[in-house]
Amino acid sequence: MAKPGKSVILILALLLLAAIISNTAIGSTSISPDITTKILVTEIINGALDITEKIFPSATANILMANPFIDKTWTDSQEVIISDIRLPRVLLAALVGAALSTAGCAMQGLLKNPMADPYIIGMSSGAALGASLAFLLMLPVQLLSFIGAVITIFVVYNISKIGGKVPVDTLLLSGIAVGSLLAAFTSLIIFISHSPHQIIFWLMGGLWTANWDKVKITSVMIIFGILVLYRFAWSLNVMLLGEEQAQYLGINIEQVKRYVLVLSALVTAAAVSVSGIIGFVGLIIPHIMRIIVGPDHRILFPASTLMGAVFLVLCDTFSRTIIDSVELPVGIVTAMFGAPFFIYLLRKRRQSLYA
Amino acid sequence: MLEIRDLSAGYGHRHVLEHISLKASEGEVVGIIGSNGSGKTTLLKTITKVLEPISGTVLIDGTDVNEMQSKEIAKKVAVVSQVISINFEFTVEDIVLMGRTPYIKGSETVEDINIVRDAMEKTNTLFLKDRLITQLSGGELQRVIIARAFAQNPKILLLDEPTSHLDITNQIDILNLIKNASRKGMVVVAVIHDLNLAAYYCDKICLLQDGELISAGTPEQVLTSSNIERAFNITVKVIPNEITNSLYVIPVLEPLHDTLH
Repeated sequence: MAKPGKSVILILALLLLAAIISNTAIGSTSISPDITTKILVTEIINGALDITEKIFPSATANILMANPFIDKTWTDSQEVIISDIRLPRVLLAALVGAALSTAGCAMQGLLKNPMADPYIIGMSSGAALGASLAFLLMLPVQLLSFIGAVITIFVVYNISKIGGKVPVDTLLLSGIAVGSLLAAFTSLIIFISHSPHQIIFWLMGGLWTANWDKVKITSVMIIFGILVLYRFAWSLNVMLLGEEQAQYLGINIEQVKRYVLVLSALVTAAAVSVSGIIGFVGLIIPHIMRIIVGPDHRILFPASTLMGAVFLVLCDTFSRTIIDSVELPVGIVTAMFGAPFFIYLLRKRRQSLYA
Repeated sequence: MLEIRDLSAGYGHRHVLEHISLKASEGEVVGIIGSNGSGKTTLLKTITKVLEPISGTVLIDGTDVNEMQSKEIAKKVAVVSQVISINFEFTVEDIVLMGRTPYIKGSETVEDINIVRDAMEKTNTLFLKDRLITQLSGGELQRVIIARAFAQNPKILLLDEPTSHLDITNQIDILNLIKNASRKGMVVVAVIHDLNLAAYYCDKICLLQDGELISAGTPEQVLTSSNIERAFNITVKVIPNEITNSLYVIPVLEPLHDTLH
């Protein structure tokens, strides 16, 4: 790995940490960054103590009684706002941003297509149909949208399979075909629904339903999926030279395709099920990072993950604070900020972004 | 040693190769010639198991490739295709390092880096190591691709028209490189379009026509005017080339100024 790559990763990691802390401090009730930090640190210490207590019950009991490490200078309601409302939301934004951006990066690399994003092979349509059905039938939205996305990728993959191989062009086209079919059903449900605005709002994407349960469930799937995806970085690099070349170098390309697709689907479905369809992050963040760090997935993957997280945290804070007591769907914000910046980058470096 | 026994291969129901048998030993350069579509590239694909044969076997040092993992094959056989351009901004060193793919578990070791440096030295590409692959000339790029193949530490080097898009200096440069590799003990099998370069560089030549091996042997045995006329459907004259001590194949063409008038 090149040295500049490592420093970019380090800078982005620090940026993410700063974004999480600062954005937890921002909101309609003003709580100073100083107090926010103290509440967060106390939370972390208490969390760590809780865990140690579970492992060594007797040893930590005394410490637990004796501690607070930091004098409590804030009110209970401030603590609730920070640790039960804002922190899970900011963390969820970071997780969803990381998931979409990493999956987008993987799909662009795998399909060698600059238009690829995590949704390209119909996953968003599947999730949307699942969610619409859930709203219609009063079922759990998170679960149904997750199932919808997973079933879709399974169907698309099997449609594209010809004699044990999955040509990427066929994958793209069948994804688009299945996606359109599912989108038609979603439109139908919106049309007959009594409360279509609920579905439409979900489709625009937002994180206003964030809570600790969602953070816990999605973090397991997203972090696991992303870390395993990183293991395919080198194979994806070699596959950029062409599938035949990659085979000559001993890469089992069909196996790589299968794993990368399944893992991307997993993290995307986990993200979409808690956030709705947030566009743009998975398409543009990997492109931006590719311009900055180059095509090597060993650096590009972590850079996209971190930048996606930072970007969505910032966009979500903007969407919940820009208009008093109104929440903008964050999908609107991601596109409004991201698109112009991307156009600027495109113009600045006119060479083609992708083959 | 590479041995092919009664190999037939193709795509779907279309047979592209029919009952091919040939042997190539260490230190030999075996040229494969034939018109476009005669099955040369298919042969290389079948040797590396990228394409499964319909019947027949490919043996590498006595082992059937069908019983080998693709990684194991990539440690023994390297393929150099005609690469016109690479559109991704990898450095030259990264591209050569990709040759270590079948060996790398996790991340590259110091040994991998040393092998990569060595491969670049042999191909005169070390000075390019930090350059972007997108910024190289055709000849430089092809040398980098050969360096990548050398980094695989192969016993067998397969080349698919490695020089047909290059100028004469680069063609000779590349073919000398390959000849040297064979002298040092590699098995080299090369698809070559230029019959005169094939006559000069190859120890053995195989002539393919419509997927069948119609002649195999030394350049003198294979490159006869009747063989070439049969395979390429043109009239040629083959004369001894005293300057290079090989053969010279001249297509017999109508003088152009006569036909213009």
